[in-house]
Amino acid sequence: MSLLADPRWSEALAHLPDYLGNHVRVSVAALALGLAVSLPLAIVARNRPVLRGMLLGLASIVQTVPGLALLALFYPLLLALAALTAEWFGFSFSAFGFLPAVLALALYSMLPVLRNTITGLSGVDPEILEATQGVGMTERQSLLMVELPLALPVMMAGIRTAAVWVIGTATLSTPIGQTSLGNYIFAGLQTQNWVFVVFGCVAAAVLALVVDQLLALIENGLRNRSRARAGLGGLGIATLIAATLVPAIARPHTGYVVGAKTFTEQYVLSALLAERLQSAGLSATTRAGLGSNVIFDALATGDIDVYVDYSGTLWANQFHHTDIPPRAELLDALKTTLAKQDVTLLGELGFENAYTLVMPRKRADALGIHSISDLAARAPTMSIAGDYEFFSRPEWAGIQKAYGLTFRTQRQMQPDFMYAAVASGEVDVIAGYTSDGLIAKYDLVTLADDRHAIPPYDAIVLLSPKRRDDGALKSALQPLLDKIDIAEMREANLRASGNDSTSSPDAVARWLWEKVGPK
Amino acid sequence: MPATPLIAYAHAGKSFNGGRVVAVDDVSLDVAEGEFLAIVGSSGSGKSTLLRLANRLIEADRGQIAVEGEDISRIDPILLRRRIGYVFQSGALFPHLTVAGNIGITPRLLGWPQAEISARVDELLDLVRLDRAQYRDRMPHELSGGQRQRVGVARALAAKPRIVLMDEPFGALDPLTRDALGDDYRTLHRELGLTTIMITHDMTEAILLADRVAVMRAGRLLALGTPAELSASTDTYVGELLHTPRRQAKRLGALLPRDGTA
Repeated sequence: MSLLADPRWSEALAHLPDYLGNHVRVSVAALALGLAVSLPLAIVARNRPVLRGMLLGLASIVQTVPGLALLALFYPLLLALAALTAEWFGFSFSAFGFLPAVLALALYSMLPVLRNTITGLSGVDPEILEATQGVGMTERQSLLMVELPLALPVMMAGIRTAAVWVIGTATLSTPIGQTSLGNYIFAGLQTQNWVFVVFGCVAAAVLALVVDQLLALIENGLRNRSRARAGLGGLGIATLIAATLVPAIARPHTGYVVGAKTFTEQYVLSALLAERLQSAGLSATTRAGLGSNVIFDALATGDIDVYVDYSGTLWANQFHHTDIPPRAELLDALKTTLAKQDVTLLGELGFENAYTLVMPRKRADALGIHSISDLAARAPTMSIAGDYEFFSRPEWAGIQKAYGLTFRTQRQMQPDFMYAAVASGEVDVIAGYTSDGLIAKYDLVTLADDRHAIPPYDAIVLLSPKRRDDGALKSALQPLLDKIDIAEMREANLRASGNDSTSSPDAVARWLWEKVGPK
Repeated sequence: MPATPLIAYAHAGKSFNGGRVVAVDDVSLDVAEGEFLAIVGSSGSGKSTLLRLANRLIEADRGQIAVEGEDISRIDPILLRRRIGYVFQSGALFPHLTVAGNIGITPRLLGWPQAEISARVDELLDLVRLDRAQYRDRMPHELSGGQRQRVGVARALAAKPRIVLMDEPFGALDPLTRDALGDDYRTLHRELGLTTIMITHDMTEAILLADRVAVMRAGRLLALGTPAELSASTDTYVGELLHTPRRQAKRLGALLPRDGTA
């Protein structure tokens, strides 16, 4: 009973109309597009072995690309395309969220539809095909009146498979900005909120099952010439779509969208920002779980209105600087660079979330390692773990160059698991974050960057070009600037990584506001 | 015999695989209006190809074929096929359509009004001696082999063709059904004034049903004539083909004296 009384269930339920609605919309659009492309292709290719081989080969290759990568690839692709159309035809489109998700998922849906349609059509008895000619049908009549009806059961099986795949894979469209049931899963994994993870998985599975069964009903109806059954199935699908469209139409589109990357602190901060806006009477939603390659462009193009980034990250990753000026200089230079793109740096939150190399305190003391210079001598016999992007970031190259660091092995890990891994001796060193509360929890120590190879990472609030002169937004966020110190942020992060009812980003954001807000 | 034959093959030829397999080799053959012609031959003799040339299911690559006096290469193959009935081996009914749907298919393609199609379906069910009420809405898989082929014949006759082409129509049926169906079709042929070409590998069936029999071997027309004319042939292959019905007749005559003397 206590499990079900957990307030996170009702919190999850509150998000359901939004997440489910978006999930259904993106899945249906992708499936419709996939069918619109695959069915004619399959029909054209069925009697052309070379084309058929090429299509099936291509679709199979697409299938081997992991869903997450396929979705992520469409973002820069569309971004470049949008820039081109803007230059050539004077219009641009949003490369964020819906469009890349639909295109990638449609591509993903093609293999089962192509394969089953071709198989179904080529499975029609040659004697029946000859009979279609013998009674005087044209090729088109033969296809529509005989071949497609006979191939229908096999085709529908393919369509059902595609539907289930698309609904499942759509959970991965969260990082490119498409809200989906994946929002539960990404948020849940990042903040160790297993209630969200389970809720998201179950919701996606139930949706897939329901759609599959409705399609089965349509198939059954078509096969047995039962208008009632086919109609009922069609009505079910139509109702599902309508039900998810209504809230989308009813929902005001004037609200502010607060973005967040894919780690705990970002979930907490976006919840805090959204809450500030709401308490100032502004409508605000969060778009969490965005990939760090996606989020800045999303802000620059106005797909999100506000988010928190870190000065050094933008400096090195977005603007590709290799020098590391002192903190204040870097912030000034960054402000100027951002202004050129019409992005407003509203101000700093007051803490820094820097990359830092972390070891267990006892081990560091025993080995006499207090700085990265000390570590360099020992590193060749040691292993290091970092988050998914750390080892490909320019900061890592900078650290390696400055200290001549080479480790025996490098491993990539889910950030929340790194700290436990280093504490237990699974790895010797991790690239952690200074604001992470787990450093204190596991009695770890951060190593001094004595050669200043790591840039400063002040948490800064960025506003999109269209919000440049938005006084209401600015004054709503003003009370947060320079108010959050590192100790408070660490504790907030530690709370958020817990697995209980007080650890949801919203709850932690409320706690944080109580600490930092005006007393 | 009338001056213009209804179907006329003149030096017709067809080869496959770039000329390596000659299926039909220089065949000339006239079928008169109202005639029932059987084409006999073993598998691979080219008889099926010869039949399919007549409604352009297969295109001839040599010679000329005329239907009702017209060179068929100048007729749209779709329209040509709609005016020629075609009965396939073991029916080849469309499995997803009812009996009525199958029978009415060519009229539907021709754009007949629904009521007319419906009336025609009932008429044809009577003609092929299937009970209207009982069979109209059945699916093909619910029928016996003989019933399926009756529907096949009805489908071929639906658009009131003058010509019917039959591809081993009774080959897959048991002897009793086959006999009954053959007789029924022969009656329809006569009453409706049809011109029929039927291919079969069974010489007995050919002799019993057809006015004239054409014998095909290795793509060539070996012999052509009434059963009586054929029995006078000196060709050894024709002799071999006639051997079976002759022996059957002799044995039946000996075994069933009363019928023989009646």
